[in-house]
Amino acid sequence: MGATTVAIEDVKSGEVTEAVYEHPLPVRICHWINAVSLLVMAGSGLQIFRAFPSFGAKIPQKDLLNWPKSLAIGGWLGGALQWHLTFMWIYIGTGLIYLGYQVFSGNYKQVLFVPRDIAGVWPMVRHYFFFGPKPSVQEAYNPLQKQAYSSVIILGLLSVATGFAVWKPIQFSWLAWMMGGFHYARLLHFLIMWAMLGFVFGHLVMVVLHGWNNFLSMLTGWKKDPEYITK
Amino acid sequence: MTLRIDKRNFQGIGRRELLKLTPVALLGAFTIRKLQEPLLKAGLGFSDWTSKQLFRSGHLATTFADSEVTPFSKFPINDYDVDDPGVDFDRWTLTVTGAVEKPGDYTLAQIQTLPRVRQNTRHVCVEGWDVIGRFGGARLSDFLKTIGADLNARFVYVECADDYYESIDMPTALHPQTLLCYEMYDQPLTREHGAPLRLTIPTKIGYKQAKYLTDLKVTNLLPRAGYWEDQGYSKFYGL
Repeated sequence: MGATTVAIEDVKSGEVTEAVYEHPLPVRICHWINAVSLLVMAGSGLQIFRAFPSFGAKIPQKDLLNWPKSLAIGGWLGGALQWHLTFMWIYIGTGLIYLGYQVFSGNYKQVLFVPRDIAGVWPMVRHYFFFGPKPSVQEAYNPLQKQAYSSVIILGLLSVATGFAVWKPIQFSWLAWMMGGFHYARLLHFLIMWAMLGFVFGHLVMVVLHGWNNFLSMLTGWKKDPEYITK
Repeated sequence: MTLRIDKRNFQGIGRRELLKLTPVALLGAFTIRKLQEPLLKAGLGFSDWTSKQLFRSGHLATTFADSEVTPFSKFPINDYDVDDPGVDFDRWTLTVTGAVEKPGDYTLAQIQTLPRVRQNTRHVCVEGWDVIGRFGGARLSDFLKTIGADLNARFVYVECADDYYESIDMPTALHPQTLLCYEMYDQPLTREHGAPLRLTIPTKIGYKQAKYLTDLKVTNLLPRAGYWEDQGYSKFYGL
């Protein structure tokens, strides 16, 4: 990897720690804008869902769940649609900038899950969930992380595709058709949101478990003393 | 080669990198009361502008087989006020004004002399539900030609017996599936579905498809965009 590494010297104690520039600025900016817009999209989306909390017929209407208004954004259907139809552009925009940057800078290699990562997924799952031995870490992201981050990028693309099928089922009739029509596109859009919220939950749990240093790296770009640097 | 750097210098680098994230704070503008409304209005306006660009006059909404049509009894009745505003059918006319050569009052019989179109199309409500209905009526484009409307005008504006009002852009008004609808399920329109005349616009969201029409105006200026639009809904909302 072409990541920049520096050795930090404490003049007083003579102690040396290494640090790696893990997250380039465009990635960090996109990460945080996307975090906010995903929250707004989910919050306003749930307020929109409150207007017809079902995936069945209108007559008779069987509600799926009564989502609390306090956990939604927009106050009413019209307000929520304003938030949703505004932040979708921010969400799509940062997504495109992120993908473009990753591809053209080559930084995608850090995060893209590739076939040779497959073998490393199960040992990592065993380590996290069943307290197995910790596999040795060689890169910024372990195979399970790559798998999770690559999947959520695909979910992000699907959230936009299903969203367009719901918003424009006629102009993008081919898109709606691929999803089984407007009705099922709406259901898929909803399910993908929950899958993404599931990712966010797991992501936050890992951030808490892995501590401040990890969190800081998404703010400054630099990770101090990463495990994968051999001394 | 690893660059060696002093600890204090490194802290400075970290701070500078953190400061470079300040553009993200611009999103905070959405939490400022005075800015929130214009920002959301701009966002919705941009979505509407995009909608307009995506609209294709020749692209038809999907039509469905008779077997796929939702039974009439399960076709929802949605109004903002009353199911039946009490229209007197004997005295009813559609009053036409604005940029037209032949303004005046048109009877249902006159509208019914235009070629009748019957189509099974999906009706999508802004709330999220959808039904496939069978609609019959005259093409709005045929009617606009009959009244000598200026087809370069920007909008067709309608008013209803229940004080509802709506507007549609001219390209959508001229779309071949946009109907002045007087039939549902091959029967005369019932009162709760908007008798004697309503709009059916398969390329638009449900709230644009006004019922109980009384007035139609061809115009470039809209003093009001629509009952729901004026409360914050999308003005264009094309599907």
